[in-house]
Amino acid sequence: MPTPRHEVSLEEQIDQWRSYLRRRQAIYSVDVAELEDHLREQVAGLVDAGLATDEAFLVAVKRMGNLDALSREFAREHSDRLWKQLVLVPSDSGELRAPGRTDAIVAFCLAVAAAVALKVPTLFGIPFKDANAGFYTRNASLFVLPMLIGYFAWKRKLAPRTLRWLAVALVAAAVFANVYPFAPRGSIEVLTALHLPIALWLAVGIAYAADRWSQVAGRMDFIRFSGELFIYYALIAFGGGVFTAFLMMLFKIIGINAEPFVQSWLIPCGAAGAVVVASWLVEAKQSVIENMAPVLTRLFTPLFAALLVAFLATLLFTGRGINIERDMLMAFDGLLMVVLGLLLYSISARDPRLPPGTFDVMQVVLVVSALLADAVALWAIGARISEFGFSPNRVAVLGMNVILLVNLAWSAVLYLRFLRGRGSFTSLEKWQTDYLPVYGAWAAMVVILFPPLFRYI
Amino acid sequence: MEINKDLIAASSAPLVLAILAEEDSYGYAILQRVRELSGGRMEWTDGMLYPVLHRLERLSHVEARWEVAESGRRRKYYRITSQGRARLAEEREQWKAVNSTLQAIWRALTIPGPANRTASAAPLLQEA
Repeated sequence: MPTPRHEVSLEEQIDQWRSYLRRRQAIYSVDVAELEDHLREQVAGLVDAGLATDEAFLVAVKRMGNLDALSREFAREHSDRLWKQLVLVPSDSGELRAPGRTDAIVAFCLAVAAAVALKVPTLFGIPFKDANAGFYTRNASLFVLPMLIGYFAWKRKLAPRTLRWLAVALVAAAVFANVYPFAPRGSIEVLTALHLPIALWLAVGIAYAADRWSQVAGRMDFIRFSGELFIYYALIAFGGGVFTAFLMMLFKIIGINAEPFVQSWLIPCGAAGAVVVASWLVEAKQSVIENMAPVLTRLFTPLFAALLVAFLATLLFTGRGINIERDMLMAFDGLLMVVLGLLLYSISARDPRLPPGTFDVMQVVLVVSALLADAVALWAIGARISEFGFSPNRVAVLGMNVILLVNLAWSAVLYLRFLRGRGSFTSLEKWQTDYLPVYGAWAAMVVILFPPLFRYI
Repeated sequence: MEINKDLIAASSAPLVLAILAEEDSYGYAILQRVRELSGGRMEWTDGMLYPVLHRLERLSHVEARWEVAESGRRRKYYRITSQGRARLAEEREQWKAVNSTLQAIWRALTIPGPANRTASAAPLLQEA
């Protein structure tokens, strides 16, 4: 007769066996459940025949067969499983269905809400037309990001205190985007439109990471999420473009011009809803599919490093002067952002315990050469800043450049320390994640302070 | 006597289909039935039955459903479909042809060896 001690040890043994099986990619958890039922039946049969529980377990496992051979056999039958599939709504297991489906429904509803929100101002006399372009560009992020924050608030079951803060941030954003007397099509309006999403993205991060926002890991997850979201959004946008092209083409051949519908409904509403849908996809896929951002980083880090080194070398050897133009610094902001992105996403995918390797050297070359190139540009523009004058655009661009420069410069120092074995990789990670709020704060400053400072031009 | 792997593999589908044609069943019971029928001579590695069942499911020869067994555990039951029955009939014809061909040549041969072994296995079969 099995004593309680035996019962426990059998359960433990089965647990262990189950976890071995779970590690096999080709064997899904439904299959594990099926095999487990078999194993238990077998054990029960053997115990009835007079074996002790642990003996019965051993025999049953032996009869089940070699796990490698078994998983090979499963892989042969389900070869598709070796291609990691994103199962959004599991179809063959009752238990798993509920959370996945609710998640999908909530995300879909919020996506629709974002699309509808975009159309609400029309009801209040602000139609989606060129005349109101300023209103719509300033508020673009306010149509979408509240839904996204709502999605994470629901998903992470945020604490009421966090919710209150997020609500305050959103209301403040709505106020600052609309109360100032912006000059139509002025540069302040454009600056607000560009910086408000950056500031609000920080709020999204707080909702995304929830109580892990204070931790390096939580913020790093948010960085990973942002990168994947960008890639998914680009893919969805590409698909949407193909869809739109076919829609126009099909209606054109029956003599209907679909362009008004496409321009005022399909593209704006689709673009708004797609943000929520893409976020939900990234959330759902997480561990299932390889992250794409680090893969792209691997491809482009060497290319960008080579490009920058070649640029600096050419500059040095030919002694050419920099052909300074008004908008050139903007381009360098973009360059620094790309370099920062390459750095961030290679950090996000790197195992901090690994020793320095060639790829790390490449990263440092990339960052240092980007810093040098930017320094050259800054020096050139600094010499003529009085001539160009301090327009709001130039101050914003310059501010962003300085923030990026500080971020990258200190990263380079930390990276070099790590390469020389005097620092740990985690301190670099910590620096990067700690620095995130600076971008949000600067963006918020541009939104709040610039309009009165520069008289709303 | 151990039956070679190729034969086991080739006969697995018709055997499983035939057992399911008797009544709906689940993995462990199917294996028990195979042991019973073969008098223990057809030793399948238990786990290997499941990829076979899944293949038959994919080919729509069987349907699966989850039920809660009397033990309280969830159990996956399989049921033969009409396509499965058609496949079974076809397999049966093929195996009959193979069997009768072999029988014919066994009869033509005069070596008595294998006949003895079959005879010795027969009581085992009845025992089961």
